[in-house]
Amino acid sequence: MDFIQLLASGLANGCVYGLIALGFVLIYKATEAVNFAQGDFMMLGAFICVGFANEDFLGWSFWTAVPLSIFFMSVFGYLFNWGVLRHMFGRSQTAIVILTIALGFILRFAAGTIWSHEPVSLETPYAGKDVSFGGVVLGIDEILGVIVTIILTISLFIFFSKTKLGLAMQAASQNQLAAYYMGIPVKRIQSMVWGLSGAVAAVAGILFASKGAIDPSAGLLGIKAFAAAAIGGFGSLPGALLGGLIIGIVEPLSSRYAPPGVSQIAPYAILLVVLIFRPGGIFSQTQKKKV
Amino acid sequence: MRFVFKTSYDADINWFKHKTQAFWYFVLFALMLALPLYFYFLSDAYLLGEITSVMIFAIAAMGLMLLTGHTGLPSLGHATFMAMGCYLNVIYLNLGVPWLLSFVLAGATAGAVGTLIALPVLRLHGVYLALATLAMSILTGDFIVILEPWTGGISGLAVPDISIFGWEVNKYANPYRFYYVVLIIAIVIIMAYRNVLRTPLGRSFTAVRDSEISAQAMGINLTVTKSSSFFLSATTAGLAGALFGHSAGYVTNETFDVVMSITLLMMIVIGGLGFIHGAFFGAVVFGIIPVAIANGRSLLSTSFDININIPGLENGMFAVILIAFILFEPMGLYGRWLKIRTYFELFPFYRKDMFRRQKAYLKTERVQ
Repeated sequence: MDFIQLLASGLANGCVYGLIALGFVLIYKATEAVNFAQGDFMMLGAFICVGFANEDFLGWSFWTAVPLSIFFMSVFGYLFNWGVLRHMFGRSQTAIVILTIALGFILRFAAGTIWSHEPVSLETPYAGKDVSFGGVVLGIDEILGVIVTIILTISLFIFFSKTKLGLAMQAASQNQLAAYYMGIPVKRIQSMVWGLSGAVAAVAGILFASKGAIDPSAGLLGIKAFAAAAIGGFGSLPGALLGGLIIGIVEPLSSRYAPPGVSQIAPYAILLVVLIFRPGGIFSQTQKKKV
Repeated sequence: MRFVFKTSYDADINWFKHKTQAFWYFVLFALMLALPLYFYFLSDAYLLGEITSVMIFAIAAMGLMLLTGHTGLPSLGHATFMAMGCYLNVIYLNLGVPWLLSFVLAGATAGAVGTLIALPVLRLHGVYLALATLAMSILTGDFIVILEPWTGGISGLAVPDISIFGWEVNKYANPYRFYYVVLIIAIVIIMAYRNVLRTPLGRSFTAVRDSEISAQAMGINLTVTKSSSFFLSATTAGLAGALFGHSAGYVTNETFDVVMSITLLMMIVIGGLGFIHGAFFGAVVFGIIPVAIANGRSLLSTSFDININIPGLENGMFAVILIAFILFEPMGLYGRWLKIRTYFELFPFYRKDMFRRQKAYLKTERVQ
């Protein structure tokens, strides 16, 4: 029973990791840039929602706050690519890595200045309620997290395989030049992918903040999600979710059953093992580069 | 305007390009040698201690510069190698190894362990290396806690004094001696660095940075080159870590955290990627900014009665400066200095695009 309880809460955590990792992978696939600030995007999305919904701030209805914060995060992602990252075209990956790390610092600083460094929790209509299935007690927030992740995954899948825009995004990420020749506005598509990834990060942030408290340094969670993305294989959307679930489940189980200290190490240890033995991740997509 | 007429092949790899350059470096050397005298007469060695720690960070940044600036491999885990160097140095010292030997051994062991860790990842491209080193950097604190019998874990470890053939050096008892020890080590490392860059190995570092495929086509063994670069880089960082330990006097599991790794990376970017000078410029900037912010704050509160007390302001400012540098001055402070110098050297003939990269294309690692 204990085991199932841990598994369920791990699953809910894993969904948040998986969603952040999904954001990384979207950006990486589309632009080959690695967004080290994705965790901070998640944090910012959560804080924007807190700013709209909590009584201490604006105190609007939760159901208006959620779409508004998702919208603001996608605008933020779009503008960041449009205003900053696009001008980095042709520069080394190191420069982009450092740039996004610096962006993370700025977002952390901004969130801390606007909403204070104290941990806050998102006030939701369903806070504190839980359901019990034959001895296993699950919070509504946890169940909702899993359901939202499943819905989001399915709709993203349909979006990428059925809609024109989704297909254009796929084309632009597979071969920019060919996509450009086909009349796809690659630059705008890339900004849109950033916007999409910002929206996904906002959803992850809202799920995270409704489950527990969030503070500006919560963005460091992104590093775990990063490990999740790499475990799954950097270019694979289902891989990112799977990696997130693996890390989410391993964490509570190892802190319960393994000696102390192991649970902090476990996600990164898995990452190192995967990188060493299966360098491309579980869903490996790396191929040999030709001259 | 100076034109260096090269009459021998050595002119390309000489220490100094021309006599004037050599003259200015010797002036700098003499100034650095004489610097403690000034503080001695002032009888206030606080600032000297700050300069010493800037030099220690410059050594660590040189280690990272070799890897990131010259070989093109980003590492987010150089604080780990500093930690290894620091702890190994203390462990050797406590075993009774003389300081000179333990210092060098600590660096070499850190380098060897670092290479062993990085070897499997080096086959992959940049992002994975950044990721693996980041994971390594996060795990450092946890491993220090796990290895408590040797490292002292959370309660920390006291670093013994430096003793070179009976000549005792302690940062607090005698900051002047410590300054000279660090200065000499820094100079030795700069000379070694310069020498590595003019060997075939050093040339292949730059070749790998500029294009892995063409380097391979020229017969360069990628794995050997990358792992040698990693070894040298981690060794240098380990040496810097050992010095940092002596400078701090006491280290715990929280001393070498991720922020320190990222700071090192920020240093070399602000200083100028790909230049030895850049490591020093970056370290100086990171030494000055906190002091400048503190001074500016006290100036505002005393003379204008404005109290700014925003937590995390330093980090936010670092980040803004860093983004500005990446966007507008990718060559860093040293690059800016090069441009200014070239402007005056060529006086009426300097053109705006002189330092522009010839090729700007999407650097892709995928099959196209």
